[in-house]
Amino acid sequence: MTKQVITANRLDDGLAVFFDTHANWSASITEAAVVEKGEEADTLLATASNADNQLIVVGPYLIDVDQQGGKITPVRYREQIRTLGPSVRPDLGYQAK
Amino acid sequence: MYKYDDYDQQLVDERIEQFRDQVNRRLSGELSEEEFRPLRLMNGVYLQLHAYMLRVAIPYGTMNSAQMRQFAYIARNYDKGYGHFTTRQNIQFNWPKLVDLPDILTELSKVQMHAIQTSGNCIRNTTTDQYAGASFDELEDPRPWCEIIRQWSTMHPEFTYLPRKFKMAVTGAPNDRAAVAIHDIGLRIRRDEQGELGFEVMVGGGLGRTPMIGKTICEFLPKEDLLSYLEAILRVYNQFGRRDNKYKARIKILVHEIGAEKFAELVEKEWEEIRDSALHLPAEEIEEISAHFTPPPFDVLPALSSSFSEKVGQDEKFAYWVQNNVREHKQQGYAIVNISLKPIGGIPGDISHAQMDVVADLADQFSFGEIRSTHEQNLVLAHVKRDDLYAVWLKLDEYGLATPNSGLITDLIACPGLDYCALANSRSIPLAQRISERFGELDRQHEIGKVQVKISGCINACTHHHVGHIGILGVDKKGQEFYQITLGGRADENAKIGKIVGAGLSTDEVVDAVETLINTYLGLRESKEETFLDAFNRVGETPFKEALYGAR
Repeated sequence: MTKQVITANRLDDGLAVFFDTHANWSASITEAAVVEKGEEADTLLATASNADNQLIVVGPYLIDVDQQGGKITPVRYREQIRTLGPSVRPDLGYQAK
Repeated sequence: MYKYDDYDQQLVDERIEQFRDQVNRRLSGELSEEEFRPLRLMNGVYLQLHAYMLRVAIPYGTMNSAQMRQFAYIARNYDKGYGHFTTRQNIQFNWPKLVDLPDILTELSKVQMHAIQTSGNCIRNTTTDQYAGASFDELEDPRPWCEIIRQWSTMHPEFTYLPRKFKMAVTGAPNDRAAVAIHDIGLRIRRDEQGELGFEVMVGGGLGRTPMIGKTICEFLPKEDLLSYLEAILRVYNQFGRRDNKYKARIKILVHEIGAEKFAELVEKEWEEIRDSALHLPAEEIEEISAHFTPPPFDVLPALSSSFSEKVGQDEKFAYWVQNNVREHKQQGYAIVNISLKPIGGIPGDISHAQMDVVADLADQFSFGEIRSTHEQNLVLAHVKRDDLYAVWLKLDEYGLATPNSGLITDLIACPGLDYCALANSRSIPLAQRISERFGELDRQHEIGKVQVKISGCINACTHHHVGHIGILGVDKKGQEFYQITLGGRADENAKIGKIVGAGLSTDEVVDAVETLINTYLGLRESKEETFLDAFNRVGETPFKEALYGAR
């Protein structure tokens, strides 16, 4: 089964964020709510896209992830870069912290 | 340089206040993202992978030292300490917060800069020759014409919602350094048989998924008719350009579908209606704008500078930099300095705030306070005394800005790619860095000679890879980065789209492939004077193709 999480960019500063298990937006994908692709994912996306969340983030969408142990890794390279920062500037983005 | 009048300043300032209000309304929920998005884009604000991105227009790539210092200030205080010069002579900041953007635009307005029309389906910043007003081969400085176009096209009510974005470029020299043939409209200043200066008008050039070279629809346009003729082109495009399919909406598709002749007829017909309207340019108005671009007060200098010659003789590192990065100036005793933003293994076009301040200081001290950005992602000090070159070089070298590689293989052009850009399919910068490192040794670069490598991370072709001598396009193949190579393209006065040489190559293979191409060239060239492009044109693609794929 394909696992998914919801990501978006935060409205005020544009940073990549992830919808967590408490229905908040987190800067860390490790806190993201992991759901099954399909109905469960669609339901969660509807919540993440509601009017209240439109004031917090821009353009929520689902991404496929691998979940092994406690580690959540996006499948697509594009999304891996979003969770880390530019691969050519390890001093910038989340990877720098 | 052009200076804002009260009207310009008011227009920009009012626009910022409108945007401030729009941001506040988005944050409060009064505007939805759907409503807000086109508004932010009209002000140069994109949302990229990691953050917002602000693209600031540098009109025709000319800026003054105060403007460069303000970029440094913004990079330091609102961003992460650096900026990125683009292939359209603009600058981008990669990490601004939406909440700060109205203040950033206010800071820009203080130095007569803005981000209006750096996005959206409108007329974008007009680009030109980075050596304008300095190069000996120039018929006329193209910048007054760029400024006239800027004033006409800024917030032009009829052309705010074109079928697609619209880019123009102007060259005043027969040696085209502005790549005019790959723009929606390319203007080439030329002389008619009577010796009068006017424009050759090319239409329908562009790259992206359907690369095309512009077609000349007017061999000689009198200067005073420039705006009415441009307006006629834009009207025909606005009326007949396709709005049903984003990928077929650029003017090049229209020109291609109906044919250049038919397109020219439609323009001619429209033009007759408006030729003598308010768009007709009186000589006084042309002179008024041109007065902003009069040559700086050059000193009368001897042709030879003994102190310069002495330093060249004493310092080999300086001599190589002069050989590669310094160009002839039309004024005796002066030179054009190319500042490389391509350190070996570095990120093409990136510049730190400290480097920006240094360039601004050097411009003030040695080049009449003026700086140019180039579509090759470098900077230029256009008017430096030969006597001052050593002092300029010392300072540039101290700040990592004196890489002696202008026009050489490590002067490669790369888009931000998947490291930043929401549209990209693959990374460009790491590949640029690896190629730069592979060929970094200067003797080897001299042995290879002039060659342009252009790397795009998606088919939108921001780096013009189709017209690179060696063009590289990154694609996504089942989640893996692959790179497709084109050969033999060129963006100059003999512009030509390169040929795809074969199947895509993996990240592991592509740098070796570039080396194979270069070694093939070195093996078959007739002399050291025969460049990569000359050799390719002589022998064709077969030897290169065989070298790359023969063993497969």
